[in-house]
Amino acid sequence: MKISIKRESLHVEYDVSLEDATLLELLNEIKTKVDATLAYSSGCRSSVCGSCAVRVNGREVLACSYKAEDGDIIEPLLNTPLERDLVVNMDKAYSFNAKAKAWQSTIALHVELNDEDEKRNALQSDCILCGSCYSACPVYAVNEEFLGPFSLTRVWRYVSDKREENPKDKIDNIQSDGVWDCTLCNACTLVCPQGISSKSDIEKLRARSVMFGYSDPSFASFGGGFGFDGSPSF
Amino acid sequence: MKDRVVVIGAGGAGLVAALSAHESGAKVTIVTKEYPTRSQTCMAQGGINAALSNIDEDSVELHVQNTLKSAHSLADEEAVKVLCSSAQEAIEWLDSIGVPFSRTKDGKIAQRKLGGASATRACYAQDYTGLKILHTLYDRCVASGIEFLNERYLLDFITCESDNKKNVCGVSVLNKRSGEVELIQSNSVIVATGGYSRVFHNYSTNSVASSGDGIAAAIRSGARASDLEFIQFHPTALKGSSILISESARGAGGYLLNSKGERFIDELATRDEISRAMHDEILKGESIFLDIRHLGSEFIEKELPQEAKLSKLYENIDPALELIPIKPAAHYTMGGIDVNNRSSTSVEGLFAVGECANHRVHGANRLGGNSLLELVVFGKIAGENAAKFANKHTLHREINEQKELHVEKLEQIKSYTNEINFYNKYSELSEIFYLHVGIKRDKKTLLSTLESVKEMKRNLKNMGVSDKGNKYNTNLIEFLEFKNMLFLSELILLSAIQRDESRGAHFRIDAQMSKKEFDAHTIIDKDGVISYEN
Repeated sequence: MKISIKRESLHVEYDVSLEDATLLELLNEIKTKVDATLAYSSGCRSSVCGSCAVRVNGREVLACSYKAEDGDIIEPLLNTPLERDLVVNMDKAYSFNAKAKAWQSTIALHVELNDEDEKRNALQSDCILCGSCYSACPVYAVNEEFLGPFSLTRVWRYVSDKREENPKDKIDNIQSDGVWDCTLCNACTLVCPQGISSKSDIEKLRARSVMFGYSDPSFASFGGGFGFDGSPSF
Repeated sequence: MKDRVVVIGAGGAGLVAALSAHESGAKVTIVTKEYPTRSQTCMAQGGINAALSNIDEDSVELHVQNTLKSAHSLADEEAVKVLCSSAQEAIEWLDSIGVPFSRTKDGKIAQRKLGGASATRACYAQDYTGLKILHTLYDRCVASGIEFLNERYLLDFITCESDNKKNVCGVSVLNKRSGEVELIQSNSVIVATGGYSRVFHNYSTNSVASSGDGIAAAIRSGARASDLEFIQFHPTALKGSSILISESARGAGGYLLNSKGERFIDELATRDEISRAMHDEILKGESIFLDIRHLGSEFIEKELPQEAKLSKLYENIDPALELIPIKPAAHYTMGGIDVNNRSSTSVEGLFAVGECANHRVHGANRLGGNSLLELVVFGKIAGENAAKFANKHTLHREINEQKELHVEKLEQIKSYTNEINFYNKYSELSEIFYLHVGIKRDKKTLLSTLESVKEMKRNLKNMGVSDKGNKYNTNLIEFLEFKNMLFLSELILLSAIQRDESRGAHFRIDAQMSKKEFDAHTIIDKDGVISYEN
């Protein structure tokens, strides 16, 4: 099987005699037998550590859970500085978790939760921080400081939790470069290996923002915004 | 720098230790060879033990008894009591920082039963207990403003002598991105780098990062290691890839079958017993399968979704209709850097916690659900003690002159001839280890394996790297990991050879009974000198 891997500016073709294998198995085969200089990341091999996200034919996948096919073009994630070959630098991407204050604001003692409460953010807390959504997000082309899909999903995880004492603080913090910068294009949802929809989490955060008195700034600046009755006031 | 604690490793143990040292007033830096959240902890599915009696009657005493029984007289009773009696507090703390545990209808943390437990004791978060604990800990560290140095590979611990004692005074790391050696000065260092199951390479369920770097570096710096011969095998790993199929598949009623379709062992026996029975079947020429077809596709979809997904991906089979081909694979290393109940190693200022450490709570066989508990309970203790130590020992020792030494060492490795592909040697090592240092061992073949390992060590200079570059050289990192595993392999073998008995995960065909004189921990140093200690 022939696959092509983007290495610096060149695409290099490798012919590997492995059939019915994951992309990660193919990369390991190349690394250990053909070209030891190839750089990529991997960890658990079972889709839970988030190390091996790359793009195949333009779409983000985990190398360990994608079955490679003849002619595949393998490239590193987008929106992140390239280190080498398929390895990108995730420092800035992860720094948005801090900027978004994606944590529980206080230590919650003796807050009782039941199985219904558990369901509220069970899916959001499945996130493995692989960065697929971050790479697929088109907003970074226009706003490099956008908090981004995984950080906002993380904020929703904590905002939706009964143990969060101060959800308003969390909401206040995601108004600029945050929920309103998203175009709701849904690209993040389509590539998430865990089936999380950051787009819908962002919509929930928007709804919560409105409850706290915020509104979409793009409407506000559009000829004076909307009137209280919802009708355009221009 | 005053009161600085450096933590090597950003898995569960490292993050808890970092938070605890931070709470105790230290300035904390976490150094990791990957990124936090990519560690082995994320792979823990089963749960975290605590005698909460949320489902049925349980007690700390029972938890202690179960742990000691599974340890086969090789655990420290005091340490086990600390572990089990701190469990409730550990769960309450995790709950208080936002870990999304599964809940019962009446608002309690849900629990399930794991092997070797006399009660329903393991708290869990769906199928992702380790993942959710790890990520919540990470978020807490970010909230606390703890500094992370990502993608730094541990080279060595730097030590200094004072008052006839060996003290840690810093750490040398390789910045993977730049290829530069960096020295980090600190009098108080916590090792939390995980276990060494990857010695078994493709015969291990672990992340590729579990290469025992921290254990090897600690031993080189003068720390003692203990019980390295005790390696737990998990019975149900996928045959081709060694990907773990959780114990919950057997817990739910799955069968183990041989090629004739016969059951050959009680599926709910302990991991070491089942692994041995499978081993015997495999030697008879049988293939082994996990059969969960009778549980029905609806049940599989709802209760075992990860298992179904992984079986399809790696074995191309639908477990609702077909048998899952499996084999036992190396899963957890009970041995590690020997520490006391304050998590101190034998080097002053060097602490260790998590799978890389041996707090003497697992003994000869770890109980499922006790490793996540261990990292929370002892992570807290390690962090407190490291912070206290940093506070008392503020003498700044200049270590920068040592940098050249570490740079030269790396240059030397890069100049190795690379006539032999070390990746092939690594596969070879894992194969002889799986055959001879795995589930059943024999003195004769252990000795011949030791010779093979020594031969590989002598040959290292003919191996080496083909990538001579600086920037993100994973070829070099993987060679350094291989060197560490080879170093540990020799110590594992020496420990296994000298322990002329069978106990828990260490089973010797030529000495199948436990012996009273071996009711003791194997202590080993960097020269392979062994002593026994209680």
